[in-house]
Amino acid sequence: MQVTGTVLTTRRVDAYHALTVVAPGIAERYRPGHFVSVAVGGAHTSMVTRRALSIHDVKADYGGTVELVFTTRGPGTAWLADRRARDTLDLVGPLGRPFPLPRDPVHCVLVGSEYGSAVLFPLADALLERGCRVDFVLGGSGAERVFGAMRARRMAETTTLTTEDGSLGLRGTVTDALPAVIADTRADAVYACAPMATLRAVTAVAMEFDIPVQVAVEESMACGIGVCMTCVLPVIGDDGATRMVRACAEGPVFRGERVRFEDVGTIPFDALGAPGGGARHVS
Amino acid sequence: MSVDMRTFLAHVELANPITTAAGCASSGRELAQFFDLHRLGALTTRSITMAPRAGRPTPRMAETPSGMLNAVGLQGPGIDAFLERELPWLAQRGIKTIVSIGGGTVAEYSELARRLADAPGVTALEVNLSCPNMEDRGRVFAREGSAAAEVIASVRSIMRYDVPVVAKLAPDVADIVSVARACVDAGADALSMINNPLGMAIDTEALRPSLAAVTGGLSGPAILPLAVRCVWQVHAALPGVPLIGIGGVMSGRDAFQLVLAGACAVGVGTALFHDPYACLRIERELEDLLRARGFQRLADAVGLAHRPPGSAPRHLLVDTEESTP
Repeated sequence: MQVTGTVLTTRRVDAYHALTVVAPGIAERYRPGHFVSVAVGGAHTSMVTRRALSIHDVKADYGGTVELVFTTRGPGTAWLADRRARDTLDLVGPLGRPFPLPRDPVHCVLVGSEYGSAVLFPLADALLERGCRVDFVLGGSGAERVFGAMRARRMAETTTLTTEDGSLGLRGTVTDALPAVIADTRADAVYACAPMATLRAVTAVAMEFDIPVQVAVEESMACGIGVCMTCVLPVIGDDGATRMVRACAEGPVFRGERVRFEDVGTIPFDALGAPGGGARHVS
Repeated sequence: MSVDMRTFLAHVELANPITTAAGCASSGRELAQFFDLHRLGALTTRSITMAPRAGRPTPRMAETPSGMLNAVGLQGPGIDAFLERELPWLAQRGIKTIVSIGGGTVAEYSELARRLADAPGVTALEVNLSCPNMEDRGRVFAREGSAAAEVIASVRSIMRYDVPVVAKLAPDVADIVSVARACVDAGADALSMINNPLGMAIDTEALRPSLAAVTGGLSGPAILPLAVRCVWQVHAALPGVPLIGIGGVMSGRDAFQLVLAGACAVGVGTALFHDPYACLRIERELEDLLRARGFQRLADAVGLAHRPPGSAPRHLLVDTEESTP
């Protein structure tokens, strides 16, 4: 649904921006893993595509608020970073397929890199509510790019931090630390949100331990609602066939082992409808 | 007082002139989450091909000033899945559906028409002529009157007489009027224009083209003037042919420009990416604009900008004409 939300607060979280927006309809329907799309640039903007943003937190106060986390990457997100309290934002959401939650109280490792970590906090809340054990592995290139370390420490059993420059926690990437965390916590499942290359590595680790892994992908989108067909990636379906599916509508959460990470950005030759693949029935 | 927004696509009546542009409403279900699709004049499907198509690699989209480039490559389920799942879903709900088709050869277009000829729920057939012609070194059908006419003639001969065939034209041609005339002579009942002109953007960080397919179709407000010009020229040359004006319509005022240039229906595309409710908003804004200018019927405004300089708009002349003995 579309909501004209009012910005309640803005803040910097480490190297990232966070906006809390009053958006009752969206907060009410939200499940961990959902995202929103936001129009940028104001009424007479020259920017025609929406920006997909992750939801970091949802609260019931003021009728329902959502906190959005993003980093400035271009003129659209720079405009968003300039929003102040009482400005209005055009939001559509909640969008996408949320994280599936385990039925039993199992041990879960939540892996996040850069601001991808943001979506893991509402997920951790939902898991803790079900009596699951939650352990975090959070990383980034430097200390200021590790999102939510403090909050993770407060809610999780253990929190492992990694930075590539060694300025915080272990030197390395989240996937360097992950095997030890899975072994120590005797994890039953992994949830991850990070850039594509990291998700690929996380999935490989989880598959080595033979435990299920749910990944939330970050693909660039124009609409967020499933009509523009620009955010596709190759995913193996229940029938074993690879299809180019939309990250916004069929995702953003996928079973890690179903995503053909090595083929992202291409059309695999065996994908349904790939050029030259299968029969071209022209009579 | 409400304005009579009904419009005719050949003999088919639409409750209002606003349609979705091909490829911008996916299967229809995505938009149905937001509003009742019956409130559209008609829903245009993505271009349906014979075989399922995986489309182009990503990145498929790049934002450009007042527009965007896309190179999706007609990703779709193919005609079998379309007839099995997507068309029946629309037909059961009685949603007016313009089915768009795309092919690589005249034979492929003909086969698609054959498959659709007996399918219930096809309000009109739109022929996407901006597909590469396999038999002509991959040059698109729309770039030349004779190639476009061959497709239209074949499709028209196969489709039932009561289903209008609409030819979708591309602006990347030297003379759009000659292509339009060739399509009408070949039997097209209506024309829609414009398809995306080709554009390109280069990523100055990666130092390579922004799109995996290198070039892509430019859409959005950047192409509105191009659409208005094409509709104007074709309406001037072929005033009796119904036109669906498409290209960068973001507001009722944009739609009104296309109507005044000669379009009797207006397609909304990229605006849907920005605002899922765009079609309803544009329809409402267009009605308000017509009412504010004293129009009682949308039909009175179609092509009105073509009247000779100095003459009053037709719809305001009605009273004086009636009073003359």
